[in-house]
Amino acid sequence: MILLISAQNPALESNIDNRFGRSPWLILFNTETNQWEAFQNPGASQSGGAGVAAAQFVVDQKADVVLSGDFGPHAATAFQAAKIEMRLFTETTATVQEAVDHFKNNQLPKFQ
Amino acid sequence: MQIAVASGKGGTGKTTIATSLALSLAGLAKVRYFDCDVEAPNGHLFLKPTFSESTQAVIQIPKIQTETCTACGRCVDVCQFHALAKVGENILVFPQLCHGCGSCTWNCPENAIVEVPNPIGSLERGKAMESIGFYRGQLTISEPMPTPVIRQLKKLRQSSPDTIDIYDAPPGASCSVVETLRGMDFVLLVTESTPFGLHDLKQIMGILKDMDISAGVIINRDGIGDNAVETYCTAVKLPILLRIPFDRQIAEGVSAGKTLIDIYPEYSALFQQLVNQIQENC
Repeated sequence: MILLISAQNPALESNIDNRFGRSPWLILFNTETNQWEAFQNPGASQSGGAGVAAAQFVVDQKADVVLSGDFGPHAATAFQAAKIEMRLFTETTATVQEAVDHFKNNQLPKFQ
Repeated sequence: MQIAVASGKGGTGKTTIATSLALSLAGLAKVRYFDCDVEAPNGHLFLKPTFSESTQAVIQIPKIQTETCTACGRCVDVCQFHALAKVGENILVFPQLCHGCGSCTWNCPENAIVEVPNPIGSLERGKAMESIGFYRGQLTISEPMPTPVIRQLKKLRQSSPDTIDIYDAPPGASCSVVETLRGMDFVLLVTESTPFGLHDLKQIMGILKDMDISAGVIINRDGIGDNAVETYCTAVKLPILLRIPFDRQIAEGVSAGKTLIDIYPEYSALFQQLVNQIQENC
């Protein structure tokens, strides 16, 4: 399963970023292999349409699940169309690694 | 003649000046007033027009013809505004992000995109005080893009050389102000001598320099703040054309929907002189 996680820095120990469209980094984590890779979020540098730009990137990575603090209406529309599940960090989610662990333990609520 | 009233800083008195200017000139020339502050138009509160016509302001947005679309993604790649996304074999359109530039339609190799009008506001036309042509643009609440409404409002103007057109600009120094100032012969900058007033005046001056439009300053609420605006105007050779004192009568009158001319009729002659001066120099 491919997870995409919004993060402040390109590392598993990095703090998560609660913003989806404008987080500086998106971390791709493969739950089958435990391998990960960091990508600069293409939405972060846009003057407008950041959510759609970031969502397009996540869709193109063939993600199954996207984890962030919240999702704007445009990004959410794109993920619903792409049938990518949206999950939200909780108050105890601080790092990217924790986001992965919490997701695996099914502790992260679904974005409605 | 095309005169815009702009300020940079909000609340300096653009509408007070623009409506009073229109009233002062109404007997002497053919006058039209354009409320280009389409996110919060308020000139009607003072000139009390009667509207006779209303049309929609629209942006042409793409509609994907799914029968011919091959989901190649070219439209998504060329859209600078991220108004399109490709999800599987579908292209999604996000109308609120679309600027109506037409790049997607132009670049589609399958001719699978048609453009459809997306209403974002209204354009109204009427008359105020019998002789003033009154034009108002209004952006629909929740729509994010004022510029196309302003552009379409200005197109309602049919040019005639003997007319004085007054454009009440939006506050700030962003795209909507630039759109309003485009094509002007002169810009009246209403400011107040405060650090905020000066800061935003400088921003507008940067725009006017790029657009090569001449301007003059009206200092409103004269007597408050400091002398920094005056010092700046002297330094950059920007003429101060009028000063309106900080005055309780004016504040109370404007709050009650009166123009400066209603409150102090003598300003009528001052505004007429001011326009004569502009006409001589333009």
